[in-house]
Amino acid sequence: MQAKTLYEKLFESHIVREDAGTYLIYIDRHLVHEVTSPQAFEGLRINHRSVWRNKSILAVPDHNVPTTDRSLGISDPISKIQVETLDENCRHFGLTQFPMNDNRQGIVHVIGPEQGITLPGMTIVCGDSHTSTHGAFGALAMGIGTSEVEHVLATQCLILKKFKTMEVRVEGKLNKGITAKDIALALIGKIGTAGGTGYAIEFTGESIRSLSMEGRMTLCNMAIEAGARAGMVAVDDVTMSYVENRPFSPKGEALEKAKAYWKTLHSDKDAKFDKVVMFNGSEILPQVTWGTSPEMVVSIEGMTPDPKNETDPSKRKSIEDALSYMGLEPNLPINQIQIDKIFIGSCTNSRIEDLREAANVLKGKKIAQNIKLALAVPGSGLVKLQAEKEGLDQIFIEAGFEWREPGCSMCLAMNADRLNPGERCASTSNRNFEGRQGQGGRTHLVSPSMAAAAGIYGHFVDIRSLN
Amino acid sequence: MNPFITHTGIVAPLDRANVDTDAIIPKQFLKSIKKTGFGPHLFDEWRYLDHGEPGMDLTQRKKNPEFILNQTPYEKASILIARENFGCGSSREHAPWAIDDYGFRAILAPSFADIFFSNCFKNGLLPIVLPNETIDFLFKSIYANKGYTLTIDLENQFVVLPSNEKISFQVDGFRKHCLMHGLDDIGLTMQHSESIKAFEQDYYQKNSWLL
Repeated sequence: MQAKTLYEKLFESHIVREDAGTYLIYIDRHLVHEVTSPQAFEGLRINHRSVWRNKSILAVPDHNVPTTDRSLGISDPISKIQVETLDENCRHFGLTQFPMNDNRQGIVHVIGPEQGITLPGMTIVCGDSHTSTHGAFGALAMGIGTSEVEHVLATQCLILKKFKTMEVRVEGKLNKGITAKDIALALIGKIGTAGGTGYAIEFTGESIRSLSMEGRMTLCNMAIEAGARAGMVAVDDVTMSYVENRPFSPKGEALEKAKAYWKTLHSDKDAKFDKVVMFNGSEILPQVTWGTSPEMVVSIEGMTPDPKNETDPSKRKSIEDALSYMGLEPNLPINQIQIDKIFIGSCTNSRIEDLREAANVLKGKKIAQNIKLALAVPGSGLVKLQAEKEGLDQIFIEAGFEWREPGCSMCLAMNADRLNPGERCASTSNRNFEGRQGQGGRTHLVSPSMAAAAGIYGHFVDIRSLN
Repeated sequence: MNPFITHTGIVAPLDRANVDTDAIIPKQFLKSIKKTGFGPHLFDEWRYLDHGEPGMDLTQRKKNPEFILNQTPYEKASILIARENFGCGSSREHAPWAIDDYGFRAILAPSFADIFFSNCFKNGLLPIVLPNETIDFLFKSIYANKGYTLTIDLENQFVVLPSNEKISFQVDGFRKHCLMHGLDDIGLTMQHSESIKAFEQDYYQKNSWLL
């Protein structure tokens, strides 16, 4: 039998039909949130269509929800309508939803895995580009637009072409303090934000195998920032022990049967990828973005670029525009950049391990005087509870952080959490685009420990230099 | 969805790489539960000097005179040209809705982000990938000739220059068919309901833990 990549196995096991290279692919799991679904549900209503398989769906509001006291509801009337519209659509179509005040509510890409809704071998979609996160479980997971949300609601299928395959192999041992976030940013720095366009990426190698499921989720989450609609990691014992005993995961005999299948979810030894990118994990340093695209990244030992050294006029202009927006001079050492706000959260870095990592740095310390606001936003109600059980909330609060309710928060600033014009943020989120965290706001993407350390010092510091 | 067969229009040069969907339509406008009305806020942070919020009186807002769509004749443009990786970032379909609502019918770039690219076709918008050199040539032609106009012939897959010279482009056959006929692909897929049911029967027998 022909050797296959993990992507090919996942894709081929879900083909309903093929017509000249256009495939109808069956979807196992559909995650729904309030921002990209209202128009899809409206489309179903207008065309008198129903939902094909209600059981495949889990809905949750996350983008618009306040992270402060929720007993008063949502104060922004437009956000409120959007969240209520999701409530109403879930009632009307009979869908499972974790509403805003349910303690299982949280960021859609945190709660899927947490609940065992995300399982190996599945095809998973959501109207959100960071759906690639779920690929960490050996699943084919990708973000879709609202028309496709409607298509999956109505037909349980997606019309797709095959992606090309890319192996990103990271061998070697990661140094102390180096996280999945640093691997992701280093990769994007190397291949660019369009480097993975048209590909499904599989992450392989010793450094990847050594990551926890939380780390693998961070890595696959950022695959889309490298342009790849899907990122994935093969199933191993780490995957299986995470999945067991989750509320929605199979139990008993069903679990044993599932595990026998899940064990086959890896690329065959002789499988051929269309492209291979290799890294030495032991050479990866803590990463910090300096510009307005995740590919504008250097290590903590680096400095901002000098546009004079760039010969391509289009690239030179991009560097000039980015430095100007970010309010940074060329050739400025990264560790001299002063910070105004800290954001620890988002579907990239808001899981329990991320909070532990940041708390470990913050323990017994206080944030610097120049930090106007430091936010810790757990990814879900259950992550929040777990963190509180471990006393992490107290560490954050004593350090000067605000301890908030779960949601997307200042990753995209759809709710009240945002940067003001000119403010500079060390953020554990995934996008440093102009205006992403608030109009005129300046975002530097980093790992949770690097964000925490920047909070203590008021500027970026090398996490490896701290005890 | 409006069918796309041929289109002739002024080309607006957006000389930037990595134009992301946050720039195309900022997050505060995603709170709408409708598909329409995003055009006035297309590129809101670049187009206006003040901060935009939903429901603002547009006549009171100060436009940024340096932004290309605020300059004559580009406010009437219906074709957009940009650099690499157009539409990167979030999957928000509000981005093509805004571009369409503004009045654009086609976008030319050396490359597009995958999700954005796919979203365009669902909304009657044609994204055309052309080689870097061709895009470069078009930018230069636009800068040298005010009101530079192109014709896009989807059926024959040509971009027609004012000189009548034709540049061919590739487009997926299925997407072209849907676009030319303004077809709703949900309707098309529903014609295969029986195949989907047959797949499910076999699939859940094999993967019973998913039931």
